Amino acid sequence: MRERDDEWTGLMRSAIAGDSAAYHRLLKTVTPVLRAAARRGLARAGQPVDQSEDIVQDILLAVHLKRHTWDVTAPFAPWLFAIARNKLIDALRRRGRRIFVDIDDFAETLPGEAPAETASPSEVAAQLQTLPARQREVLQSIAVDSASIKDTAAKFSMSEGAVRVALHRGLTSLTAKLREN
Amino acid sequence: MDTDQLIRTLAADNAHRGRPVGFALMLALLAAAPVSLLMFFTELGLRPDVMVAMRNPFFDLKFAVTLALAISAIAVSLHLSRPEASLRGFGWLLLAPVGILTAGIGGEMMMPQRLPMMTRLVGKNSWVCLTAIPLMSLPILAGALLGLRHGAPSRPALAGAIAGLLSAGLAATLYASHCTDDSPLFVATWYTIATALVAAIGALAGAKLLRY
Repeated sequence: MRERDDEWTGLMRSAIAGDSAAYHRLLKTVTPVLRAAARRGLARAGQPVDQSEDIVQDILLAVHLKRHTWDVTAPFAPWLFAIARNKLIDALRRRGRRIFVDIDDFAETLPGEAPAETASPSEVAAQLQTLPARQREVLQSIAVDSASIKDTAAKFSMSEGAVRVALHRGLTSLTAKLREN
Repeated sequence: MDTDQLIRTLAADNAHRGRPVGFALMLALLAAAPVSLLMFFTELGLRPDVMVAMRNPFFDLKFAVTLALAISAIAVSLHLSRPEASLRGFGWLLLAPVGILTAGIGGEMMMPQRLPMMTRLVGKNSWVCLTAIPLMSLPILAGALLGLRHGAPSRPALAGAIAGLLSAGLAATLYASHCTDDSPLFVATWYTIATALVAAIGALAGAKLLRY
C-alpha cells in the first residue's frame, strides 16, 4: 500500500512538472482502484453497479481540473480519495439514496482486484454532444481518433494553441454540464 | 467516450495548469474591494475625529479584531480549498479575533468609565453597524466565492461560511473607521451579529457555488 502511494505521488509530481506520459500512466493506474470503489459504493447503496463508469469519469475530470489544489509535498492518495469520495457521495445523492461512503472503500482496494470497465459510459458521451462544435470536434479528435494536438491542429487548420484552448474549455464545460445534471 | 479515451484526453491537456487558489482569491478580492470602498466613501466616510481617535487604544483595538478575523479566515479558506482538508488543526486560527476581543473587554472593565456598561454596549450606531457591515461585505463575499471556486472544498457550505467571515472582517475594518462606538462590548455585540449574518449568507451561497 505504502509502495503504491509512493508510486502515485511520484507520478503526480512528474505530471505536475510537465510529464504527460507520467500523468497518463497515473490516471491509468488509479482508474481500476476508483472503479472498484465506485462499484462497492453503488452496491452498498443498492444501486446497479453498471453506473460505476460514469462516476469514475466524473472523478477523473475533477482530478484533472482540480489538480492545482494538490500540494506537491503531500502524498497523492489522500487527496485523490477525498475527491473520489466527494464525487461518489454526489452521485449517490443525485440518485436519491441514503449515503454511506467509507473512506476505507478506497484505501482498502487490493491490487489484483480490478474489475473491467462495464457498460459503456453514457453521461460524458451525452454531454459531449451539447458542446460547441469546435470544442466537440477537438475533444473527439483527441479522444476517439487518438490524434495528437499537432495532428488535430493540422486537421482543423487551427494553431496548436487554439487546439489547447478548445481542449481545455471543452473539458471544463463538460464538467460543468455533468455537475448541473 | 470510454474511460481510456477520456484519460488520453486529460493527459493531452496536461500542459494546462490552474492557478493556485490563493492567487485566484487575491485577484478576486482586489477586483471586489473597490466596490466596497466606493460604498464606504459615498455612504459613510471616515469619522471626523479620526486623527484624535487613533490615540484611543480601544479605537485601534477594533482594527486588530477585524483584521485578525479577515486574515485568519483567509488562511482557513485557503486551507479548506483542498479536498482532503478539514477544520481540524486550522479552526483554532479563527479564535484569534475572539481572543483579542475578550482581552479588550477585560481591559476596558479594569478602567474607570464615564458611561455605564449597557450604554457602551448598546452604543449609538448599532443599526448602521448591522446594515453597513453586511452590505459592504456582499461585493467582497461575491469576489471571495468566485476566487474560491478555483479550489475543491469537501464541505462547500463550511467553506462558504468562512468566506463570509473573511468578507465581514474586511467590511468591518472599513466600518470601524466610521463608527464612533469604540467599546469592545459594542464590537462584541453588533459586529458579531453582523458577521454571523454574512457567514450565514456565505454558507448558503457556498453550498451552491463551491461544489466542484
